Amino acid sequence: MIASLDAEGRPTIAAPFGHALADLACERPAIVGLSADLAKYTDLDVFARAHPDRFYQMGMAEQALLAAAAGLAREGFQPFATTYAVFAARRAYDFVCLAIAEEKLDVKIVCALPGLTSGYGPSHQATDDLAIFRAVPGLTIVDPCDAVEIGQATRAIADHPGPVYMRLLRGQVPRVLGDDYRFELGKAKMLRQGADVLIVSTGFMTMRALDAADRLAADRIGAAVLHVPTVKPLDTAAIVEACSAGGRLVVTAENHGITGGFGEAVAAVLLRAGVTPVFRQIALPDAFLDAGALPTLHDRYGISLRAVVARIRAWLA
Amino acid sequence: MSGTPHAGSNVGLPLRAWRIRRHALRMGQVQGQGYIGQALGVADLLAVTWFHALRYRPTEPDWEERDRFLLSIGHYAIALYAALIEAGVLAEEEIATYGVDDSRLPMSGMASCTPGMEISGGSLGHGLGIAVGMGLGLKRKNSPSLVYNLMSDGELGEGSTWEAAMAAAHHRLDNLIALVDFNDQQADGPSTATLSAEPVDAKWAAFGWHVQRVDGNDLDALVDAFDEARAVTEPRPRVIVCDTRMCKGVPFLEARERTHFIRVEPDEWGQALDLLDAAMPS
Ligand SMILES: Cc1ncc(C[n+]2csc(CCOP(=O)(O)OP(=O)(O)O)c2C)c(N)n1
Ligand SMILES: [Mg+2]
Repeated sequence: MIASLDAEGRPTIAAPFGHALADLACERPAIVGLSADLAKYTDLDVFARAHPDRFYQMGMAEQALLAAAAGLAREGFQPFATTYAVFAARRAYDFVCLAIAEEKLDVKIVCALPGLTSGYGPSHQATDDLAIFRAVPGLTIVDPCDAVEIGQATRAIADHPGPVYMRLLRGQVPRVLGDDYRFELGKAKMLRQGADVLIVSTGFMTMRALDAADRLAADRIGAAVLHVPTVKPLDTAAIVEACSAGGRLVVTAENHGITGGFGEAVAAVLLRAGVTPVFRQIALPDAFLDAGALPTLHDRYGISLRAVVARIRAWLA
Repeated sequence: MSGTPHAGSNVGLPLRAWRIRRHALRMGQVQGQGYIGQALGVADLLAVTWFHALRYRPTEPDWEERDRFLLSIGHYAIALYAALIEAGVLAEEEIATYGVDDSRLPMSGMASCTPGMEISGGSLGHGLGIAVGMGLGLKRKNSPSLVYNLMSDGELGEGSTWEAAMAAAHHRLDNLIALVDFNDQQADGPSTATLSAEPVDAKWAAFGWHVQRVDGNDLDALVDAFDEARAVTEPRPRVIVCDTRMCKGVPFLEARERTHFIRVEPDEWGQALDLLDAAMPS
């Protein structure tokens, strides 16, 4: 099982999406699964083994994958279609936009290798999927933080009638959030309080934010963490409230390019609300990124724990 | 230097193929991973391409009169690096840098990184369309150069492949030769069980191509197929569908359950190299 993220010594859960979907499908006969030659690499193989008659292998054909998902939804089924984020966003965009979203069809698009979770270079690094999919009207976008959230979000997006794009960590997925955590579609969660800086984060950058808050606490810097797993629609009320409080530095953190992603979405929410804290962004640069080992690349592009802590310290200095 | 097809051209094709396998195994050993099953399977095809068919200058990879060789399948980079080393385009010392941070040999082929890598092929299904454009461009320039596109059976699932196939036939691109590595493997399993493209020959023929299907691990059959593809005068693009065996040349890997990404244990790289060395062609 190939992990998309180094667990860095944390506990992990195997294939949380595949297991959650296989369980859910026992209760819900409308669920079907489709993949474009990446079932093994998106953990959908767990579902395929549990429900072989409800799994469709589409071959390496992402456009046909999403068009067929639209067709299955039209016939009353609830398709979960999987591939890598780059291929859904880039190769199959027109089908997501028009065949699925414009028709408000109940298709769940679940994609591995979000942002910088592959060392294979730009062809496998989805640094633009949030920007691309944010522009699709009516498409709900979820970027879960860890295995606990992936399991809960799988059920929540099935409960939501309409098109959803979910970013997926696959394989042995780190477990960060506690048993008391409850994912709610469209809701941000304040995970930690702190007086000096507020980190507004999504996806696995919330893991970085929580770790960074621990490190900063050792320097008597208080870091609050507002986790925003639903990137669209944004929980504007929670974001505005948290960013209005206490004159803290606001830092957004995302596993995505700086152009058109989560940070810019948060900035727009704040400006529209007339809230103007000192605002900084942790995001990947507006560039095609290098190939190489992931820890090297996370450090190079400023999303490793070390880099996050150093940047926040510098901004507070 | 007149575009010598190969440095030291007295070396026979069996030895070229053997050396390509050896370079690839040594790169795999550096990283402890790599698409070695594909590289071993396609080594014979690369040997014939680079040491029988292709026109190029090792020290001048951008030579205008070269034949173009596109690696549509970026994950096969390890195989092409091995051929580029054997051809003298890359230095053998670079084997030690395979997949290392900031090296010229990233795990997935990137045109911006490596001399001799014409395109970035990691997002599969790009090569044939780009080859069509290069074929059109070469004709506009009255260039006699040929365009070779190495692609995979998995890529036969992509719509873009067949869009390009139609365009190539429509535009009578007799300067385009597609090479399909039919190893009956893709990411989720055997290609024929994942999304069957069979009957493959009939599909290409119906799209208007000159089609040959050969044993892709038979050097003589490959040489004949390349010769025919280049000799025929029909105003049509040509395709050679090559049935290959993954891991060819390393028996214990060949015998292993076939998967898209073959795991090789740390001590097995050396064993594989020993076995290969014992089978060095004369
Ligand atoms: C457009 C696109 N979709 C999916 C992938 C992920 N992927 C990488 S290799 C591969 C299998 C493709 O088939 P093939 O090249 O025949 O595989 P192999 O023979 O190497 O096992 C897939 C699906 C990709 N790189 N590009
Ligand atoms: Mg294949």
